Amino acid sequence: MTAERRPISYAALAWMTLGEWRAHPGRVVIAALAIAIGVALGFAVHLINASAQSELARAVRTLNADADLQVRATTPLGFDEQLYPRLAQLPGVAAASPVVALPARFGTGPSRSFDSGVLTVLGLDPLRAIAVTPTLLAPPSQAAGEGGLQPESVFDPNRVTLSRAALKASGAKIGDRVVITAAGRSESFVLAGVLPPGPSEQQIAVLDIAAAQWRFGSLGRLQRIDLKIAPGADLGRVEAGLRAILPSNAQVVTARSEARQGDNLTKAYRVNLEMLALVALLTGGFLVYSAQALSVARRRPQFALLRVLGLERRGLLAQVLVEGGLLGVVGALLGLGLGLAIAVATLRVLGGDLGGGFFRGAAPDLLVQPAPVLVFFGLGLVAAIVGSLLPALEAARAQPGIALKNLGDHRDPDTRPSALWGLGLLAAGGLAASLPAWDGVPVFGYLSIGLILAGGVAAMPWLARLLLSPLQGAGRGNIAVDLALKRLWGAPGQAAVALCGIVASVSLMVAMGVMVVSLRGSVEDWLGDILPGDLLFRVEGDGFDPAQQARIAAASGLGPVFFQKSAPLRLSPNLPPAILVVRPIDQAAPAKSLPLIGRTADIPADVTPVWLSEPAARLYGRKVGERMVLPLPGGPEVFVAGIWRDYARQAGAVAIDDKAYTRLTGDALRTEALLTLPSGQTPGGAARAVRAALPPDLAGQVQFVETRQMRAGALKLFDSSFALTYALEAIAIAVGLAGVAATFSAQTLARTKEFGMLRHVGVLRRQIIGMLATEGALLGAVGVVAGLGLGLMMSQVLIHVVNPQSFHWTMDTRLPLGLFASLAGALIAAGAITAVLAGGRALSTDAVRAVREDW
Amino acid sequence: MLFEGVDLAVAPGEVVAIMGESGVGKSTLLNLAAGLDRADRGVVSIDGVPLESLDDDGRTRLRRDRIGFVFQAFHILPHLSLAQNVALPLVLQNLAAGPATARARDMLTAVGLEGREGARPSQLSGGELQRVALARALIHRPAVVLADEPTGNLDPETADRVLDLFVREVRASGAAAILVTHSDRAAAVADRRLTLTRLGLVPRHDS
Repeated sequence: MTAERRPISYAALAWMTLGEWRAHPGRVVIAALAIAIGVALGFAVHLINASAQSELARAVRTLNADADLQVRATTPLGFDEQLYPRLAQLPGVAAASPVVALPARFGTGPSRSFDSGVLTVLGLDPLRAIAVTPTLLAPPSQAAGEGGLQPESVFDPNRVTLSRAALKASGAKIGDRVVITAAGRSESFVLAGVLPPGPSEQQIAVLDIAAAQWRFGSLGRLQRIDLKIAPGADLGRVEAGLRAILPSNAQVVTARSEARQGDNLTKAYRVNLEMLALVALLTGGFLVYSAQALSVARRRPQFALLRVLGLERRGLLAQVLVEGGLLGVVGALLGLGLGLAIAVATLRVLGGDLGGGFFRGAAPDLLVQPAPVLVFFGLGLVAAIVGSLLPALEAARAQPGIALKNLGDHRDPDTRPSALWGLGLLAAGGLAASLPAWDGVPVFGYLSIGLILAGGVAAMPWLARLLLSPLQGAGRGNIAVDLALKRLWGAPGQAAVALCGIVASVSLMVAMGVMVVSLRGSVEDWLGDILPGDLLFRVEGDGFDPAQQARIAAASGLGPVFFQKSAPLRLSPNLPPAILVVRPIDQAAPAKSLPLIGRTADIPADVTPVWLSEPAARLYGRKVGERMVLPLPGGPEVFVAGIWRDYARQAGAVAIDDKAYTRLTGDALRTEALLTLPSGQTPGGAARAVRAALPPDLAGQVQFVETRQMRAGALKLFDSSFALTYALEAIAIAVGLAGVAATFSAQTLARTKEFGMLRHVGVLRRQIIGMLATEGALLGAVGVVAGLGLGLMMSQVLIHVVNPQSFHWTMDTRLPLGLFASLAGALIAAGAITAVLAGGRALSTDAVRAVREDW
Repeated sequence: MLFEGVDLAVAPGEVVAIMGESGVGKSTLLNLAAGLDRADRGVVSIDGVPLESLDDDGRTRLRRDRIGFVFQAFHILPHLSLAQNVALPLVLQNLAAGPATARARDMLTAVGLEGREGARPSQLSGGELQRVALARALIHRPAVVLADEPTGNLDPETADRVLDLFVREVRASGAAAILVTHSDRAAAVADRRLTLTRLGLVPRHDS
């Protein structure tokens, strides 16, 4: 007769789980809340980003309307309109519509901010646009008052049609006059109609193309050509045909490449923010581990009884995993609800931007899709189950005959804990850090951080022993300290469980703190390099011509001044445009003008040098000493002479000496200047002197700002950008501290019998309290030391792997020593206080009864 | 090695008491009989099935179906009701909770705890707890009952009552019982009394 295998008993599972939850509801609530907070933060950040990104994609669709393909200028200067008839006649092109596209704003005078306008002026040929992008034209209507356009209006150079968002922003009514400023010129138009509702609420003003070219000084130039492909024509073949005849200052853009652009621009930002939000979930997972490990340790004899009575190993494994899984289910469901509420509230209050600036101004609707709901529910569940796995394995592995006697942490105090697993995981973390990004996301960087954390936690019994070794014998003469040291020395496994939460939260906190402080310090240095002088002034439109530049430079009461210009430069159709930075750069000493990093190359005599920003070098895979072609008129070949640090332009920047730029393009106009004030001169006085040197109409357009204010503003923006980071980190810390408190408290309460025995043999109550305070403080201290070490390792992965792979920039490491000190103090105090408070509760139990207690 | 030369067969319905000095291996002998430990040499069989031929899961299933346990420290799960504690062996055999707790109620009645099925272990005295343990040991009609110092934590009067109940219920169920004890008073209720020495089991003659 052999007993048959039967499925796991669900009744036993339910009884054991509910019994445990009824007995310790507080621990269950804290563990479930830890998971809930992690899921909520991750889900909320994802929902907000997804909603904002969807809004961004809709905005792109609105501007592009229904075109199958677009040919776009690589710079705002546009390309020659003679390209249009050539494209229109290409095989496979059914219709082509030339477009003038200019950033603009309503009203006159200098704009109130340095941001580009939110309004886009589109100049269209209605007869061509009707076949390619009909949604960019107002529908003919019987009544103009309803927003329709009278047929004759479409060619009227004084009439404008606005999108609904633009109409709202202008505050005008049909028939009113509206003033639009673009390319440095302010022009008045009669509002003649309203565009049909598009996929997004974009501010668009549509004019007749000739009127746009004439009135905004863009005669003979186009910024894009929209194309409709003939039915049955092969899109790839048409694209190839277009590329063959396009000049270097124009590129083919498809809906796919456009979508990829937006995705590429924001992917790293979105992924990093979501990863940061998931730090709280990771801490939650460690908290579940602590809770489950303690619960398993406490219930070791109970589980042993079940094994003796006939519960198989897999049944016991299932028991602990199901308990953890149920915590995960409850936590994840709570978290999804909480996350949804946070996302709704955030979108209502802040819009779609979480600090990165990518979605600033967007007012997206909440977008909830089933896949992310399932993913975040799954993440919560997995965190809880993984957190329960080690305790479950430990419970299943225990020998029931021995465990029934509840011998506790029965490690021989003389046995040295092994560091093999911990060091192995740390080494694997180091290896993962050396791997490249995957699809633009530093997957292996994050994996490395996870492995380092896991390695550190696995090495805790060994590390705790190592750190406590010097203290052996330190407690002689003080029974409380001696008992505390003996216990920590003799039960390194229990100490490690208690330390797990501390180490996880401290190391993540330290890693983030070091990264943020390092980035802020590097940004501060960079601002000093990139914004020299005291006063920056700029003008929209064409800018200052050479004569005006000379007059400003010669004006009295002004110090040294240099002029510069920035313009978008489309280097690849799959990436957002880079920025061409034109400023005086001394070829012999470029470091005086740019914050160069790494090696520089000797510049050959036959080629123009350029200096790439770090993001540009990484995005386009360029190295110092290479040659590349710039998409400027004539497609000149240039030489990459060096790499410079740039935190402002994530899509990359190419710096070129102003004289070389003028030689290559013939463009001597400059839109910005940086001025060093002579002693005694005020910014106001300098501004008056600059204006006096310019023609009155141009003088009124010039904006002035002190570089000191710009630097301060940039740092303020930096801090507000990282406000969410700080908030997420603070929440992760709070979860970690709650975990530390719960762990210490549970461990202390589980030792009631030990305290009873000590009281029996004559140890005073205050001596036990002293022992607990010493234990708590020592554990806190060991946790802080280990957490600092691990955090510093993880910070180097963030600084040298995650940031360069995500944002394509590097930074110099800086250590926030103040944060370290306050963190250490707070955690050691928290450890001691929690242990003492829980100890007080445990000691209130009758000592005699405690000794008799079996469980 | 604790002991050798142990040769013991227990018939259905028979109660065998095993005594011996502390540390001689009485509890180890019970662990061997339960398949919780493995002997260096020899064979332990239950209903003709040698435990050595079974893996850990097999021995666990054998315990679940064929063995009942009574411990000195009772080992009653504190968060379950009395009925749930008693019904555990049945639900581990995958019997539904309803019929299992109904049987548990009957068993509690048989050990004198009628109407207490919803009570928590913390509400019971030591003697009552051991009666609950006895009900749990017998509810699934095991072939063997192993009792390790079942009266070690009880006062003499309570111990006598529990022992009487133990013998009566074991005999009624037809199980073979091994009772490990230090107490002559406890051993006196057994059909056979043996002493465990380093060289094996020897019959014990009452003085």
